[in-house]
Formats: sequence, C-alpha cells, structure tokens
Amino acid sequence: MNIWLIMLVGGAITFLTRLSFIAILGQREIPAWLQRSLRLVPPAVLTAILVPELIFHSGSLDLSLGNFRLIAGLLAALVAWRTRNTLLTILVGMAVLFLLQAIF
Amino acid sequence: MEPTRISLFWAGVRAELPILLGVAPFGMIYGVLALDAGIPPAAAQAMSAIIFAGSSQLITTQMVEMLIPGLLIVMTIAIVNLRHALYSASIAPYIRHLSPMWKCGLAYFLTDEAYAVTIVHYDQEERTAYDHWFFLGAGITLWTAWQLSTAAGIFLGTAVPESWSLDFALALTFIALLFPTLKDRPSLAAAAVAGICSVLFFSLPYRLGLVAAVLAGILAGVWLEGRK
Repeated sequence: MNIWLIMLVGGAITFLTRLSFIAILGQREIPAWLQRSLRLVPPAVLTAILVPELIFHSGSLDLSLGNFRLIAGLLAALVAWRTRNTLLTILVGMAVLFLLQAIF
Repeated sequence: MEPTRISLFWAGVRAELPILLGVAPFGMIYGVLALDAGIPPAAAQAMSAIIFAGSSQLITTQMVEMLIPGLLIVMTIAIVNLRHALYSASIAPYIRHLSPMWKCGLAYFLTDEAYAVTIVHYDQEERTAYDHWFFLGAGITLWTAWQLSTAAGIFLGTAVPESWSLDFALALTFIALLFPTLKDRPSLAAAAVAGICSVLFFSLPYRLGLVAAVLAGILAGVWLEGRK
C-alpha cells in the first residue's frame, strides 16, 4: 500500500474514532452511571500511559536506582503534586535526568 | 465579568502552552524517525496533519521501515487510537449542544494533550456558553506546535542526538497533567489500578494493554464509588 493511502485511511480512522461518541451521545440523554465512569477516564489513561514509560527500560522491568527515568519521574511527580506547575515539573524532571546521566 | 469567546480561546491557548515543552521534542523525534524510515519529507509533514496522533505516527514510521503491509499498519493505527474513543465519550456531554460543524472540528483536535487540559477546565470552572472556545484554543495551539516541531525534526534530521533523552519530556508532561485529575478516592483508585495493570498487560500487542488497563482502572473506581 502506498504511504499516502496508508496516511489517508489511518487519518480517517483516527478522526472517526475521535468523533465516535461525540456524534453518538449527542443524540440522547447520557445515563448518570456512564457519566460517573467517564469522569475516571483522565486519571486512568494518563497513569496507564505514564507508568510503563517510567519503569520499563529497553523493554524490561527496571525498579532499581539505576533507572534514572524512574527517579527523575518520581521527583517530577513530587513537584507536580506540590506546585501544580506544568513548566516546573518538566524542567525539574529533565534537569534531574540530565544530572544523573552526566554524573553516572 | 462573564468570559467571552476570545477570553476563553486565549485561556485555552495559555493552558496548553506549558504542555508544548513536552510535545515539541516528541514532534521533532517523529520528524527525524520518519525520514530515517525512508518516508519522503512532504509525506512525513502531511502525516502530522492527516493523522495528527503522535504515538500512531511513530508506530506507522516503524512499520513502514519494517516493510509491513499497509493493511496491518492501518489496523494497528485503529487499535492504538482506541483510547480516543474514551476521550470522545468523556468530552461528549459537554459539547452535545454544538453544531455538527463544531463537533467535527473539535473531534479533529481531540488529542491526548488537548483533551487533558480541556477536561480539567470543564471539571473545575463554572460552565459558560462559550467553553468550546477554550477547547478550540488548546487544540489549535497543540496543532500548530505539532506541525512546527515535525518540520523542525525533518529539517534538523539526525542533528538531534538520542542521548539528550528528549522523549522523556512527554512522559513528564503526562505527570503534570495527571495530578489535577486526582480529585477523590475513586479517581485515585482508577489511577492506581490502571497503573498496575499497565505493567501487567505491558506485553500485549498493539498497545492493547493500555486500553485494558484503562478499563480496569475505571471499573475499580466505579466499584469504589458504589460502595460509599
């Protein structure tokens, strides 16, 4: 399949996935139980994307002190929790990672 | 003072701006890898507008490089993007009153990063008639940054060394986005269970583990809520 065709089909699928429930749920009243569960989507998705990024190191589980991303991530999480400042969280996390990589 | 369309649009832009620090390196990395995979520069740039989904684009470049058949690539894109259906369901109640045109436009902008700041806005602030302008502001800001950083990656090519670990910036962005969503015990439980399950299901193909972990997290949160 041509790269442009792959992109067009892939783009259409992506768009329709994003439109799916916006289009469907627009027609009817949304039940309260569904509304309550949807409220939990953001914390669940963000954690599920994040955790493997931090604790898998080239494909295998790494919970040791040698996993710099985990250490930098935990410190950044502390900053995010205390300050709620996105910029500061990213800067501290990157700084810690660079520092650990430079020292060890 | 009642917020106007313009003031909400700019509030969306401002909310999205810090996130760009994590997104821009990711866009550059995509640009570099797309060229490495042998995708022509014009196609690599167009993909950022046509698909406009970072992880799908990265997986597409990997699969193109491995000469995997197009049908399989397209199916993988569909599965990797399943989480967007959850975003769609979660944002739908807030924008159901809008015209089909607005709904289609906002659906196009429904990325991880625009969704995360917009849903926090919808949850925390008082509803006004023009909240969708906040969504639009966040979406356009992210879109612009994504196109520009893709172009920068294509232009700079391998001048961006891997040892800078710039991809880590995106993970940090998600850390920053996560905390405002942890409001009560059910949301904490949803996050904890989703996090644990994302590790347990890590080896599932096509990132199906992500969707499974999210559903497990939501179930845990709903169960906790039901016990109260």
